[in-house]
Amino acid sequence: MKSIMALMDEIKEMSRRYPDRRAALLPGLYLAQREYGWLSQEAYEVVSKALNLPPATVKGVATFYAMYKKQPMGRHLIQLCTNVACMIMGAERLVDLLKERYGLEPGGTTKDGRFSLVIMECIGACDRAPAMLVDRDFHSDLKEDNIFEILEQYK
Amino acid sequence: MEKVLLKDIDRPETASVSGYEASGGYQALRKAFELEPKAIIEEVKKSGLRGRGGAGFPTGMKWDFASRDPKFPKYLLCNADEGEPGTFKDRPILEKNPHLLIEGMIISAYALQTERGYIYLRGEYPHAREVLEKAISEAYEAGYLGEDILGKGFRFDLSVHQGAGAYICGEETALIESIEGRRGQPRIKPPFPVNVGAWGMPTVVNNVETLANIPYIVDIGGEAYAGIGSKDCPGPKLFSISCCVERPGVYELPMGTTLKEIIYEHAGGIKDGRQLKAVIPGGISTPVLTPDKIDVPMDFVSLPKVGSMLGSGAVMVFDEGVCLVKVCWRAMKFFEHESCGKCTPCREGTGWMRNILERIEDGFGREGDIELLQDVALSVSGKTFCPLGDGAANVVLSFIRNFPDEFEYHVKNKKCAVGEI
Repeated sequence: MKSIMALMDEIKEMSRRYPDRRAALLPGLYLAQREYGWLSQEAYEVVSKALNLPPATVKGVATFYAMYKKQPMGRHLIQLCTNVACMIMGAERLVDLLKERYGLEPGGTTKDGRFSLVIMECIGACDRAPAMLVDRDFHSDLKEDNIFEILEQYK
Repeated sequence: MEKVLLKDIDRPETASVSGYEASGGYQALRKAFELEPKAIIEEVKKSGLRGRGGAGFPTGMKWDFASRDPKFPKYLLCNADEGEPGTFKDRPILEKNPHLLIEGMIISAYALQTERGYIYLRGEYPHAREVLEKAISEAYEAGYLGEDILGKGFRFDLSVHQGAGAYICGEETALIESIEGRRGQPRIKPPFPVNVGAWGMPTVVNNVETLANIPYIVDIGGEAYAGIGSKDCPGPKLFSISCCVERPGVYELPMGTTLKEIIYEHAGGIKDGRQLKAVIPGGISTPVLTPDKIDVPMDFVSLPKVGSMLGSGAVMVFDEGVCLVKVCWRAMKFFEHESCGKCTPCREGTGWMRNILERIEDGFGREGDIELLQDVALSVSGKTFCPLGDGAANVVLSFIRNFPDEFEYHVKNKKCAVGEI
C-alpha cells in the first residue's frame, strides 16, 4: 500500500475540489478504505489528520453510510440485492445457496477469507434481477445454475 | 416520437466526446452561449419541464429562484443518487450517454451563472463513475469544461462525488449534507436550497433526467417542447419497468403515455401469460394500484387522481403469483434500513411496521394487526422532515386499502393464499 504520507497527500489533494475541506470526507474515506481494505482505526486517523477533523466526526460520518467497511472483509465482496424486484425473481434462494455452498451468511465472511456477503437495498438493476456486484463487477440475471459459475472466477 | 434521452444509446461511441459530437452533441451548448442566461431560464420555464426525480417541481421556477438570489457563488448539483427501488432510468444516461448529462449541466450552469457543479452519484454504480470521469476529462480536453469554455469567457468546473449507500441522500437537503461531508440527514425547509443550499449558498439540485432534457429544450425551443406529451407536464419521459413483465427495461415515451400501454405494448404484457394483480407506478414509495386503474396517463397530474404518484416513473408489475404481504414487508424492511434516524415517527414507525408485517407474513399475525399497522402508518405520515416516512406509510396504507382480503387471509389462516412469494 501507499505510505501514510502519500495517502494523506492524496486526500488533501481531493479536498481542493471543494470550497470546504470537510467536503472531502466521503471521498477521503473511500481512498483510505482502498488502501487499508476497510476502515481500521489507523484509516480513520489518517483521514482525520489529513482533513484536520476530530476523529469522532470522521467515524460518526463513516458509520452512517452502508458502503464503508467497518470490519475486515474477504478478498472478494459479494453485494447481492434482495429488494422487491430481486426478491420476486428469486434472490432469497440465492442467499440460501451461498450459505449451503460456502457457509456464507449475510454480513459474514467465509472461513478461508475468500468471500464476504453484504445484502444490498436495490442496486438499480431491477430489469435484470436478481443482480449483484462482486467487487466492482456487475452481474445480473442470476440463477441457481449460473451464480457459482460467476463466483468461481473470483479466487 | 424521436428519442431524445435514449438517442443513439446503443452505439458504444455515443459515450465518447467525438461520438456524441457526431450525432449532434454540444450544438445546443453553442446555441445557448448565443443567448443571455436569463433567456435560457425563460425557455425552460416556457417548456413546462418538471423535475424528473419524483417531486415534479417546475425546473424553470427553481432556476429562477436561485438566479434571483444575489449571493455568489452558486452551486449546481446533479442528483444521480438513483436509489428508489424499482428505479434504473438514469442508469443508461450515466453509463452510455454521459455527455448528454454534461452538456445539460454546462448549459444549466451558464443559465444560473454558477462556476461549480458536482454529480452526486450513488456508490452502487461503480461503472457509471468510470464512464462519467472519463467523459468529464474528455470534456475538459475538448474545451467544454474549465476556464473560458468555447472562448466565451465562461468558466465551469465539474466533478463526480460518490455517495456511499444511503437512499436518503437522494433527498436534496440530505444530498447537500452528504456532499458537505456530513451524515445524510435532511434539513428542515425553508430555507430552500435555491437560497441556502450547499455551503450556505444558492444551490440548484436537479435529477439526471431533468438535466438531460436541457440541451433538447435549447435546441427546439421551450414552446415546441411544451407540445410533447401531457399538457401540464410535457416532454419525453423515461420509464423503468420491472418484475413480472415479458420485456423489463427502460423505455422513453411521451409523458402521459398510459400505464396500460407501457405494460402491455412496450413491456410485452405480463410474463408467461399470467394475470395482472397490482402495479406500483412510480417506485416503491408510491401507492400501489389495482388493475382497473391502469388506463391512467403516466404523469404528475393524472396519477394523483387515481390515488398514486408518478414518482420516478418506476413501474413495478406484480402478477397473480406474487404475495403482496411479502412485497409490503420487504419494502418496509428497506425503509427501516434507510430511515436516517432524525425524526422519531419515521425511525420508530418503520421498525414497528416491519415487525408487524413480518409476523403476519410468518404466520403469527394477530387479530387487530391490520388496524394496528394502519394506526402506526398514520402516525408517521405527514409527521416527518422529509418524504421517506410518507413513502413508508403509503406502502402500508395503499396495500391494505387495495388488497384487504389478502392481509386478512394471512392473519386469519396464518399462511399465504398464493404460495411462497
